[in-house]
Amino acid sequence: MVVSPAHPAKAGWTFVKPSVVPGFGLTFGYTLLYLSLIVLIPIIGLFLKAAQVPLEDIVRIATAPRTLNALRVSFGASFIAALVNIVFGLIVAWVLVRYKFPGRRLMDAVVDLPFALPTAVAGIALSTLYAPKGWIGWLVSANGPLHLGWKIAYTPTGIVIALIFIGLPFVVRTVQPVLEEFEAELEEAAATLGANRWQTISMVILPRLMPAILTGFSLAFARAVGEYGSVIFIAGNLPNVSEIAPVLIVIKLEEFDQAGAAVIAGIMLVIAFVMLFVINLIQAWARRRFGDV
Amino acid sequence: MDIRVQNVLKQFSRYPALNDVSLDIRSGELIALLGPSGSGKTTLLRLIAGLETPTAGRIFFGDDDASSKTVQQRNVGFVFQAYALFRNMTVLENISFGLKVRPRATRPPRAEIRKRAMELLDLVQLSGLHDRFPQQLSGGQRQRVALARALAIEPRVLLLDEPFGALDAQVRKELRKWLREIHDKTGHTTVFVTHDQEEALELADRLVVMSQGKIEQVGTPDEVYDRPDNPFVFNFIGESSNLPVEIDNGEVWVGGRAVGLGAGDTPKGAAQLFFRPHDVELVNEGAALAGVVAASRRVGGTRRVELEIGGDAQRIEIDLPFDHPAGDKTRIAFRPKRWRLFSTAR
Repeated sequence: MVVSPAHPAKAGWTFVKPSVVPGFGLTFGYTLLYLSLIVLIPIIGLFLKAAQVPLEDIVRIATAPRTLNALRVSFGASFIAALVNIVFGLIVAWVLVRYKFPGRRLMDAVVDLPFALPTAVAGIALSTLYAPKGWIGWLVSANGPLHLGWKIAYTPTGIVIALIFIGLPFVVRTVQPVLEEFEAELEEAAATLGANRWQTISMVILPRLMPAILTGFSLAFARAVGEYGSVIFIAGNLPNVSEIAPVLIVIKLEEFDQAGAAVIAGIMLVIAFVMLFVINLIQAWARRRFGDV
Repeated sequence: MDIRVQNVLKQFSRYPALNDVSLDIRSGELIALLGPSGSGKTTLLRLIAGLETPTAGRIFFGDDDASSKTVQQRNVGFVFQAYALFRNMTVLENISFGLKVRPRATRPPRAEIRKRAMELLDLVQLSGLHDRFPQQLSGGQRQRVALARALAIEPRVLLLDEPFGALDAQVRKELRKWLREIHDKTGHTTVFVTHDQEEALELADRLVVMSQGKIEQVGTPDEVYDRPDNPFVFNFIGESSNLPVEIDNGEVWVGGRAVGLGAGDTPKGAAQLFFRPHDVELVNEGAALAGVVAASRRVGGTRRVELEIGGDAQRIEIDLPFDHPAGDKTRIAFRPKRWRLFSTAR
């Protein structure tokens, strides 16, 4: 690949930007091959399978109440879980970065546990805890000392809790490095200008963390949408109530309805892609707006 | 607003950054804290701002004991070396930040805030750039915005921490002049930290020379330059040459010969002779300092010559006209026109 400096690359639409770092051809080719093998080809296969289904069947499967409810539960719970994770992940990251206390390193390591734990183990542990007879489930149940009458396991609430669990590290780990690099001088400048702590956080610190928070959100959200293992134990999987789309897909597969499974999977994929794409656009905007974070 | 720093001590985990420092800053004065790195000048500035709390001692703003107040309550304008502008805000938003965060009771109406910010933007000669973000500005422009932001809160005192340290020489000179103009226009009591003596000498009404957590000398630039109190100040401010000498009979002796310099009231015994390399006259007769040229180099319009003096080859520097014919091993006799002696006898 020869790059002639006499014809500078047109921004945006040309492949090769003149660069002093060699190896563009090799690395770009590798990237394409790798992405194709690992991501694109399986997804294309999925869409090919779904395309074999006649159109009216696609519409029928897609608009079936059970499908719609499963999608609603899946995306709704994932969205709420990711929102909750932003708030508490931010607080965890803040505590880990800003304070020195005994056991900080241990706590830092604990954050990664949801990454490492088999999701089924997490699901079983959570459902045991939050079941009506479990420690926490009993506390908040009608029979418990608080007489709250809440039911967590085997409801959509339980799903949200499982998704919060698996999504937490994403927010913490994306926000933490940005917070670590945050210049103390910015806070000092705000203080000399008379801003109180809350004004400094909301007007100076949070906007700077925004791109990282969005990244954490989209990662946690994407992970939650695809989550299966931990949810099935705590969800109860009642059709139309606490059945997530991945479970419905597995059920279809177990009924040898591969086409139905492919259709639902395809719909999930499209929705997830559109949402992630929009988040990416917001992120790009936030980067421009708030500087090169 | 005059500022009194009273016996302030600041300790960072054991070692003292400031050791019993007292300083009076007069109202409306432009004062420079000057010293090598680690001298405690920035610590002193941050203590005045309230960004650090003194281990002991007190700081007064007028008759007001500021030591018990938080940074927010002190109402100081602080300018950082690295600008510390808010990247998520436009230039205008940056400047009006200090007014916007005021509690409702003292906050001016929105239109008034905007008007004030625009006026300040005018003052720092950046009108028209109010919609830009800081990262779209040059270093010099950013520092102007930072200054406007600090001025917006009508600070009781303006504190600048190496404000021009991150800028290139050209811009630095320009901003230096401009800061002086702004100071004369607004009349704020201004304290700035610098390690650039040229900047301090040119800009400040008075200099505070610091080293190792202590104040070495306070005075006008002329006082500090012409009459340094001690060897450190003589060495640190301006070019200097020094030579170990003996004082006897009210005269200066080098290597057993009187060199034609009066000793004033310096006590008999060992001393250090200090003078400026450019402040010498070449002589052909009479008692003088004499040495052999060991090295010479052209510096702009002058020639700086290193001379070896006496038997133990002490090296000192003097300035000669650049077309002076002195070459290697040439013998040169000279007398400093002005000099100072610091006794080292004990």
